[in-house]
Amino acid sequence: MTISVEKQKEMLWTMILSRKFEETLTELCRVQGKIPGMMILSTGQEAVGSGVCAALVPEDVIISNHRSHNHLLARGADPNALMAEIFCKKTGYNKGKSGTLHLAVPEVNAPCTTTVVGGGLPIAVGRAFAQQYRGEKAVTVCFFGDGAANEGSFHEALNLASLWQLPVLFVCENNMYAGAQRYEEHTRVENLADRGAGYAMPGIVVDGNDAAAVYRATLDARQLAIAGKGPTLLECKTYRCRGHGEQDPQHYQPKAEIAAWQERCPIPRLSGGMLSSSAITAAELAALEQKAGDIVAAAVRFAEESPYPDPAEALEDVYV
Amino acid sequence: MNELGMGQAVNQALREEMARDANVFIAGEGVGVSIHDNPMFPTWGLLEAFGKERVRDTPVSEAAIAGLAVGAAEAGLRPVVEVMFSPFFTLASDMIVNHAAKLRYLSGGKSSFPLVVRIKSGSGFGAGCQHSHNLEAWAAHAPGLKVVMPATPADAKGLLKSAIRDDNPVIFFEDMMLYFAPGPVPEEEYLVPIGKADVKREGKDVTVVTWSRMLWVAMSAAGQLAADGIDVEVVDLRTLVPLDKETLLASVRKTGRLVVLHEATRTGGFAGEIAAVVMEEAFSSLKAPLRRVTGPDIPVPASPALESAYLPDEAKLTAAIRSVIDHLY
Repeated sequence: MTISVEKQKEMLWTMILSRKFEETLTELCRVQGKIPGMMILSTGQEAVGSGVCAALVPEDVIISNHRSHNHLLARGADPNALMAEIFCKKTGYNKGKSGTLHLAVPEVNAPCTTTVVGGGLPIAVGRAFAQQYRGEKAVTVCFFGDGAANEGSFHEALNLASLWQLPVLFVCENNMYAGAQRYEEHTRVENLADRGAGYAMPGIVVDGNDAAAVYRATLDARQLAIAGKGPTLLECKTYRCRGHGEQDPQHYQPKAEIAAWQERCPIPRLSGGMLSSSAITAAELAALEQKAGDIVAAAVRFAEESPYPDPAEALEDVYV
Repeated sequence: MNELGMGQAVNQALREEMARDANVFIAGEGVGVSIHDNPMFPTWGLLEAFGKERVRDTPVSEAAIAGLAVGAAEAGLRPVVEVMFSPFFTLASDMIVNHAAKLRYLSGGKSSFPLVVRIKSGSGFGAGCQHSHNLEAWAAHAPGLKVVMPATPADAKGLLKSAIRDDNPVIFFEDMMLYFAPGPVPEEEYLVPIGKADVKREGKDVTVVTWSRMLWVAMSAAGQLAADGIDVEVVDLRTLVPLDKETLLASVRKTGRLVVLHEATRTGGFAGEIAAVVMEEAFSSLKAPLRRVTGPDIPVPASPALESAYLPDEAKLTAAIRSVIDHLY
């Protein structure tokens, strides 16, 4: 299947934007007092969120996890409001209550980012249930990591989604590390997608650094779900180029391994093909890089200039 | 008035709300086809009445059941899901405590989660501690949840209807022994507001604050003590969160004496919260130190001989009341 130039450009753009956004966060989180809390990034994994979200329509829903920035930007979230929330400012998407870790953006049908590993899967089942219950032609995507596949919630959610043939795509972003444990140290099965068979659903493995492959696999899974044929477990094999968080010195990740995966960076992989097929010119590519830089710089300015929430606001928004 | 058990009253509430609002559905283990097949149980006959699209039997998967509710509620449905026994709350608790309770706050008030988790609760039927464990204080300790624990069939019906219409997550504990204790339920439609306690018996000498099945222990003890000229006021909390401080404090200010009675274990039990509120806001009204009558800090034992030692009863309560009355300043 050929992918339209427009879709290729969309994926390339959201990857470039995410990369610039997160590289900037890497710098900013080192500045004392700039950004509170943890900083968990998906630098190098952008083909997953960008490839998946390019295959969705606005009515579809995504449920995200702690590595959410790329998912949300690919979904069309506003970089200013995202950055402001990451800075824990009043103008952020969640008025400073979620910070970087729990970004909830119902405006783009991304209502829940959960940092409880595996927590998103049962919620995605519930969201997909609502779509089926109402007869909507829409799906729910749940992003989670390889670590989450060993939580009980993964198994309960897959079983129920399959039993009820719910329109949900379980997207496992297998970055080969759960905390400091390499994949082989926490899981024995060769592919997590193999677990789909245990729940009578397709288990698909794709190269998670190939945005086009992720996009195609998502389209297929989405089509099945919309047709009432139930969920798919899509395993995108990628690599965690950063630490678990930015404070993680990565002493347990071989330097050669990191370097080898950096060579497989998803952005030049897509842009290289686009350049050689004349889907994009070098000048256009440079312009995209420039634009991403401008947008992120503006987002940082917006966040820095925004006020913190008033302490009294801490007591608001618990109950309706 | 109809004479109904609490299960039947809950059943009426579910029927009425499902008929009223197509967004309401129920899910849980055996909520459709049940091992009980007994009209005294809450979901009896609902599958036949509403069909399997809205009456969802689930696998034995408490996390998935609770997550189903969270996701569906965020989408605007009004799920009422069941946790079969309160100790299994632990299996659903990540979805309830970390998600149902927190996601509205994390969204900055953008999302709401209008869901109800019905939990069958209580001891007294010899099932032992992995089926009997009152965990209402756990639920009350998670900001974002409302916690309801009715004592009468009429309150159960009116409170569940309110819970289903509430835009917040509500944890609704039903004491199973009350399924088999019929009481009057109005025939016309009505709601009982969440967050409003009810003075079930007026009295002037001492206040007993309680909820759920222990109400009946309190009422019985109050009747016994009346013969000795001790006039007991019984406050049925009905809702733990939000706590109706007004009714609680008004009663304590009137009687000047307080005994808190609950079936749950003592340490960290909700009686401690009641005590703290009274000390903070009505200390000067107290004529005697308050007392707690609770389950001891043990798992609920299986043997009826041991379980009755666990359960608070009239004897334990009347002794506590007398000690508060006799206290001299």
